[in-house]
Amino acid sequence: MRLKPLYSSLGLDDVSIATAAIQKMTRVRVVDNSSLGNTPYHRPPRVIHVYTKNGIGKVGDKVLLAIKGQKKKALIVGHKMPGDRMTPRFDSNNVVLIEDNGNPTGTRIKVPIPSSLRQMEGNYSKVLAIANTFV
Amino acid sequence: MAVCTRGLGKLATPLRFCRKLQHQNERLFSTSMCRPAADSEPPKFVPPSKPVIIDKTQTVASLRKFLSPEFVPPRQRTAPFKFFLERKDMIRRRKMLNIPEFYVGSILAVTMADPNASGKTNRFVGICIQRRGNGLGATFVLRNIINNQGVEICYEMYNPRIQKIEVLKLEKRLDDNLMYLRDALPEYSIVDPEMKPVPFSPTGEVPLNSLKVRMRPKPWSKHWERPKFNIQGIRFDLCMTPNQMAGAQKHAQPWREYDMLREYDTTELEEQIFKEVQEEMSK
Repeated sequence: MRLKPLYSSLGLDDVSIATAAIQKMTRVRVVDNSSLGNTPYHRPPRVIHVYTKNGIGKVGDKVLLAIKGQKKKALIVGHKMPGDRMTPRFDSNNVVLIEDNGNPTGTRIKVPIPSSLRQMEGNYSKVLAIANTFV
Repeated sequence: MAVCTRGLGKLATPLRFCRKLQHQNERLFSTSMCRPAADSEPPKFVPPSKPVIIDKTQTVASLRKFLSPEFVPPRQRTAPFKFFLERKDMIRRRKMLNIPEFYVGSILAVTMADPNASGKTNRFVGICIQRRGNGLGATFVLRNIINNQGVEICYEMYNPRIQKIEVLKLEKRLDDNLMYLRDALPEYSIVDPEMKPVPFSPTGEVPLNSLKVRMRPKPWSKHWERPKFNIQGIRFDLCMTPNQMAGAQKHAQPWREYDMLREYDTTELEEQIFKEVQEEMSK
């Protein structure tokens, strides 16, 4: 179990399996460099609401997280469940913390994010601007 | 000569003429001509042997007899004519796009049109972990780890968005499906995105990489130790006790291999389709 920290850094432990995309009570991995998302946690951040009509969140949907005893909004930037062909599938359920007005909390996104997010350039252009790599 | 060309350049003579003159000069005042002849009869000119330049970066087309698996129709009652028409469309696409020979375990680079990408194209390099489907809907999955994040993309082989498929390293692995790389240590999925193509021989056997991977501790996404998967490429001795391995054998279905209804011998069919594809491609 010496390698445990590595897995948690990859977001591969304590994260829900790929049965559905992202729904209520899904454990997620925060991939930006905000202090809230990066401090070690006792309870993993969980989705407590998905802002879609069917309650299932995919890439580009907004969710409400319970993170370190706070309620915080977040944007889904990748999930384990395979989506359409030719779109990337990630090994963890990734989110980026955002403020209520859509601005990102962190200043850098550490992992690649799908380029299909660029379709919603208008709403989340500041989130896309802090991304390092696109796949 | 340099002075001559510079002078000509000053006179703003067309560049083409300048170059032509330069060539003439070279021919007229070549070093062999200027050398003073020691003997009365100059030695006979022996042209140097033409150098054979082998460009190892250029991957050659395979000369192996290889039929892409998606050409083989599934065993079902659908009229064979449907698969015939589909094969025709596949060949038409293959005349436009070179789909090289590759196997699960090979390292590929796929360039596809992406309206959202900055350069309108998107190149992804990864190890092929699965090939599925037949006909025009055939797919393959590439996997890589970028910035410590595992990423997989499932490509449709005949999708018009695909612009280029390159084989960077042609090899086979011990298994026909490497989905267990999701549960293996990350080092086995990491491929350098700037990787240069590794030259391979166009004939002979495809190299087999008999690498056995070490796994992360359980839980895994699937029970890879069960006989259903019949996986050779995992070091089970490191992650499971002999007792656990014996327990996994409880799920064995040894009668399956004697089930005659499951038999589907495609060797003859493959011969036939291979001939058909060769004929159509040469047209």
